[in-house]
Amino acid sequence: MNFNITDIPLNSYLALSAILFSIGVIGVLTRRNAIVVFMCIELMLNSVNLTLVAFSAFHGNITGQILVFFVMAVAAAEAAVGLAIIIALFRNKMTMNIDEINIMKW
Amino acid sequence: MNFEVVFFFSIAALAIVSAILMITQRNPIKSVIFLIVNFFCIALIYLILHAQFIAIIQILVYAGAIMVLFLFIIMLLNLGDESALTEKIGYKKTIAYVLSAVLLLEIVIGLSLPWTVAASRIHPNANEIGTVEAIGKSLFIDYLLPFEVISMLLLAAIVGVIVLAKKKFQ
Repeated sequence: MNFNITDIPLNSYLALSAILFSIGVIGVLTRRNAIVVFMCIELMLNSVNLTLVAFSAFHGNITGQILVFFVMAVAAAEAAVGLAIIIALFRNKMTMNIDEINIMKW
Repeated sequence: MNFEVVFFFSIAALAIVSAILMITQRNPIKSVIFLIVNFFCIALIYLILHAQFIAIIQILVYAGAIMVLFLFIIMLLNLGDESALTEKIGYKKTIAYVLSAVLLLEIVIGLSLPWTVAASRIHPNANEIGTVEAIGKSLFIDYLLPFEVISMLLLAAIVGVIVLAKKKFQ
């Protein structure tokens, strides 16, 4: 089956990406649970990946998809390290609330 | 209004709704579930953009590996009472909403400037560049050094995670 999608302009993809990024920003700024804040960061990474893939498809250039591949590898490493930090914090302070984790605040 | 347009906009609406539900749920487990729904929607949009390899990797790595890691950590930390994980979504939110609205406005203005509109339809080569073959060739010929550097980064991440999460002996 050969189906070509020609009716959706690039701006639709970019607008969807911008909306998802803003929702992620709202989550990071309003939520106090460290794990949910971390998930909002993953959402923001994904919206930027969507932008890269959209530009890659519309320009016929493979570099955007290669960059998305590397972003996903870095995101996997970042998720593992971040969750390990959350575990270490939970072991020391017994809380998930980022307002109570303020030992690096001056 | 043909089928593809309806499909794209319903998937985009589902992605936005699941993202909003994700940040409004009080229980982190439900947040994880809605984030997985969002990742599947984004994978479908990658398929619309003819990026098959990235769509499969999105489901395998993000919806599979990373979100299972999140669920595992939530399950691991859920010792005793729920109050350590749930929270009261409370005050000081107005400034956050205003800042996010300004950011969204800024991005939309930036996108609607005339010099950003470069292409109005998907490039005819898009079917060829999204395949595993094309990405593999590019990855192992043009981007071999970054690929090897990524393996070192993952190794460093493994060592770092073990050091961070290891129980300290007093």
